[in-house]
Amino acid sequence: MDPQGLLGFATAVANGSITVIDLSHTLTPDFPTIVLPPELGQCAPFRMEEVSRYDDRGPAWYWNNLSMGEHTGTHFDAPIHWVSGKDVPNNSVDTIPVSAFIAPACVIDISSQAAGNPDYELTVADIEAWERRHGRIPARNWVLLRTDWSKRVGRDYVNMADDGQHSPGPCPEAVRWLVDQRDVHGFGTETIGTDSGQANHFNPPYPAHYYMHGKGRYGLQCLTNLDLLPPTGAVIVAAPLKIRKGSGSPLRVLALVPRREATA
Amino acid sequence: MVARAPYDGVAVAVPVTVPYRRYSTNTAHWWIGRAVHDVVARAGLRPTDIDGFSVSSFTAGPDTAIGLTQHLGLTPRWLDHVPLGGASGVVALRRAARAVQCGDAEFVICVAGDTNHVDSFRNMLTTFSRFAQDAVYPYGSGGPNAGFALITRHYMKRYGATREDFGRICVAQRTNALSFPHALMKKPLSLGEYLSARAISDPIHLYDCVMPCAGAEAFLVCRQDAARSLHLPAARILGTIERHNAFPDDPIQFRGGWVMDIGELYAMAGIAPGAVDFLQTYDDYPVICMMQIEDLGFCRKGEGAEFIRAHTLTADGSFPHNVSGGQLSVGQAGAAGGYLGLVEALRQLTGTALGAKVAEARIGLVSGFGMITYDRGLASGAVLLAGMDA
Amino acid sequence: MTEPLVRPKRKNPLSKTRAPLLPQGSRSRTALGLTAAAAEGRFALQVCTDCRAAIYPPRDACPRCLSPRIPFEEVANGGTLLAETTIRTSIDVYFRERMPWRVGVVALDCGPSIVTHLHGDAREGERVRMAFKLDRSGQAVAIALPERDTPNMSDDPEWRELTCDPKFRRVLITDGRNAVGQAMAKALSDAQAGIVFVGLADPWKPFPGEQALRRIERVEIVPLDMTDSVSVDDVAGEIGARVDILINTAEHVRAGGMIERKGLTVAREEIDIRYLGLMRLAQAFGPTLRARGADGINSAAAFVNLLSVYALMNWPAYGAFSATEAACLSAAQSLRAELRPGGVKVMNVFFGPLETEWYQTVPPPKVAPAALAAATVDALRRGLEDVFVGDVAQDIRTRLAVNPKAVERELGS
Repeated sequence: MDPQGLLGFATAVANGSITVIDLSHTLTPDFPTIVLPPELGQCAPFRMEEVSRYDDRGPAWYWNNLSMGEHTGTHFDAPIHWVSGKDVPNNSVDTIPVSAFIAPACVIDISSQAAGNPDYELTVADIEAWERRHGRIPARNWVLLRTDWSKRVGRDYVNMADDGQHSPGPCPEAVRWLVDQRDVHGFGTETIGTDSGQANHFNPPYPAHYYMHGKGRYGLQCLTNLDLLPPTGAVIVAAPLKIRKGSGSPLRVLALVPRREATA
Repeated sequence: MVARAPYDGVAVAVPVTVPYRRYSTNTAHWWIGRAVHDVVARAGLRPTDIDGFSVSSFTAGPDTAIGLTQHLGLTPRWLDHVPLGGASGVVALRRAARAVQCGDAEFVICVAGDTNHVDSFRNMLTTFSRFAQDAVYPYGSGGPNAGFALITRHYMKRYGATREDFGRICVAQRTNALSFPHALMKKPLSLGEYLSARAISDPIHLYDCVMPCAGAEAFLVCRQDAARSLHLPAARILGTIERHNAFPDDPIQFRGGWVMDIGELYAMAGIAPGAVDFLQTYDDYPVICMMQIEDLGFCRKGEGAEFIRAHTLTADGSFPHNVSGGQLSVGQAGAAGGYLGLVEALRQLTGTALGAKVAEARIGLVSGFGMITYDRGLASGAVLLAGMDA
Repeated sequence: MTEPLVRPKRKNPLSKTRAPLLPQGSRSRTALGLTAAAAEGRFALQVCTDCRAAIYPPRDACPRCLSPRIPFEEVANGGTLLAETTIRTSIDVYFRERMPWRVGVVALDCGPSIVTHLHGDAREGERVRMAFKLDRSGQAVAIALPERDTPNMSDDPEWRELTCDPKFRRVLITDGRNAVGQAMAKALSDAQAGIVFVGLADPWKPFPGEQALRRIERVEIVPLDMTDSVSVDDVAGEIGARVDILINTAEHVRAGGMIERKGLTVAREEIDIRYLGLMRLAQAFGPTLRARGADGINSAAAFVNLLSVYALMNWPAYGAFSATEAACLSAAQSLRAELRPGGVKVMNVFFGPLETEWYQTVPPPKVAPAALAAATVDALRRGLEDVFVGDVAQDIRTRLAVNPKAVERELGS
């Protein structure tokens, strides 16, 4: 592509003919993290410790030290995160080719089904129905699952009962189909985790992690504002921190959308 | 028991009182210096003549007697520091008398002096003694008032003494003080005013308590022939006693050390209590005066109140007691309170009283008491003095 | 008869808060033997090893036989009140504003006479029970109680000044998510605390006992995350001035020693919740607690740490945990000195294994959460500073006083 095309893109972003939509939640201490059985290691929640604030600890500056897990808040999963992806080449955030951090996305909306049933599972039939309306999912596209779960807060967002979490996600067949039949780039959700809340009971458990990472694909979770995206045509910029042998990281996920396509 | 040696040949002279002030910005060193100056001047001596020096003070710290030798320019060959509060005068006199008798010193100045800044009393109390720090000061009073209130209360219950009985002592002393020029309390006190005064720590009320102030008291101890050559009116010592931490197993104090040795005092002097013309007790609180009247042999234990009711205690009364008003009416200038009674006794016995005179005062008994480091006064002592011609 | 305490009215926001003052707090080193006894609620005096004389005030030689062997021993606490006085004026600023104040002298059955504070129902001429309590300066003082309990005894002003009674005081229990926190909330409510604030983190995570907790009388749930400095600061900003007793029930118990527990993430959580959590509480709540130590009937009174007894000596089966608890103990000692100018007590409650899930494989005797809560309330009522709850904790305390090295070996075997 000629330099004018790239500069044209930059101009379009600057003048708003390309809309930039923020798909990340703000990193705050009260954003829920994944909860595992207590005897296992846990994901560190996001915490800030103020170092100084224009005071005797540092007169002219304000800054903080942070602590968090790789999988805290809106975050990226690399293939090395799952046992099925541990031997895939270039599987950690520092070795994934950087071109992978910019890719188009298809947005599949199951928000009304999820509203009626928190355990709703995305099926192959759902995907085929979407394709009949919007066309075949191109290769190396993100598939983002819109559930409007990001509009829930706190207890409703996590939706934890005494038999575990109840939140929507893909069934095993749907994930396998997306990988094998459509060669998707990765899977993204609004919930904590790319899998549904009850996915530890699926076969295999956590199929989104198992199949995606097993095939060297990526995950995005705790996304928000998916309801602002068109079903096709958004380009996702999602570049995790370059952590040595990192399994993922919190990150700023941006969606670039032509202005007339943005729905808000 | 070895017989006590008499005090032959010893003279006690030159009673000096440096007029008291309620508060003073001067130091104890200044007050002591004034007293030493006045003794030297009135004795017709020079400072270089002074070869014996005894000091009592609560506020001279961090100096003790030795620091004061350099401060005041004295070069004594006998030096004593007597930290015994109300017993300081009697004890200082006992020590100095023996030194002069044995020739260890010729002219001994005994002095007690203290300043009183606005925070002096509080500062003194917090560092008074280890037991006061550990076991008294944390218990509310911030001072001896509560301790003596307990002693007073117990004495009243045990022997039936009333507030009126104690009031008589205070009222008589106030009458005595009205003619004493150095007394800080200048208004008469009636029994009614005494009884209705503000409570301090039940049953102790305002007029049971001394007023801390700044001042100094002093006297000279020398040989009788030296006193005569200097034309100094003097008194002589008939006998002395001293006893500390007496009756430690008494659950609460109702008697003092004098009980153990009082017979010896009168035996040394060769007199009976009836021969005493006036009594100077240490009067930190009236209950202690009553205790001294009993323990010094004027009546039996527990009959002090009855004795008070049966006598008049003014200088012109049937039993002259604290004839210049005592600390309760003159003021307590720290350790000088332990000299006040003795210095006044010297004036009475040398015919140099500044206020009321005890008629034909030949023999005076001076008692010292003090140092309530925990729950009772530890130090006690007494001296029988006579005029030189008695 | 003791006048029952009246529930305090809401504080007038226009009146100045009375600043805390302390009674005289210096003591000779030997006298600190009484402070050690008072901290645990014991009545002890020096007793001469050679002639058995009981001695008071504390000193360095027996006044009967001059022996230097005069260790502290528990002694019978009965006596007779010989004389009393009501002090009406004092040059000491602390007592000056607490007049009138009764003191007396008691003849102890075991021998010495003792100058003492008096409970209002201790009557002259009658038998009394003596106790050593820690006063606001953190030093031991004696108080005489009537021989038998009397109505509203704990409401006596002199007694209340020496203790941390939760009655009418407002309590913050930092973590209501665990069984101990819930038992503590119930016990403090039953002890007539004015309000029982209960902190809960992660409101999106349900937990057992939640419904029962919310139904306890006078419980108010506050969002409080001990691992989040901002959360702790926010809660302190909102309710700090209404917290009179803070009880830190945040817990993190995991088995494993220094080598066994692979990785550091569990240790980081443990340190974050226990040690750094304590530091967050200290910084956020400490200054206000310290400023309110003399603030009326519901004055700030105590900061309570629940500590494993293995803070005093490491139990390698829970070795990493023991080390973190030891860090918390040392921090509590610092906090004790830092809160003292406000007359606020730091109370350390030590216990062995609990009847809770993380001690599941440990054999009895173990301490039930309700028993721990009851012991904590009792210790607050008695104004203790060091409390040992349950057989294991008392056993460890006794053995440590004799031979700490033996305890180290025995715990590590």
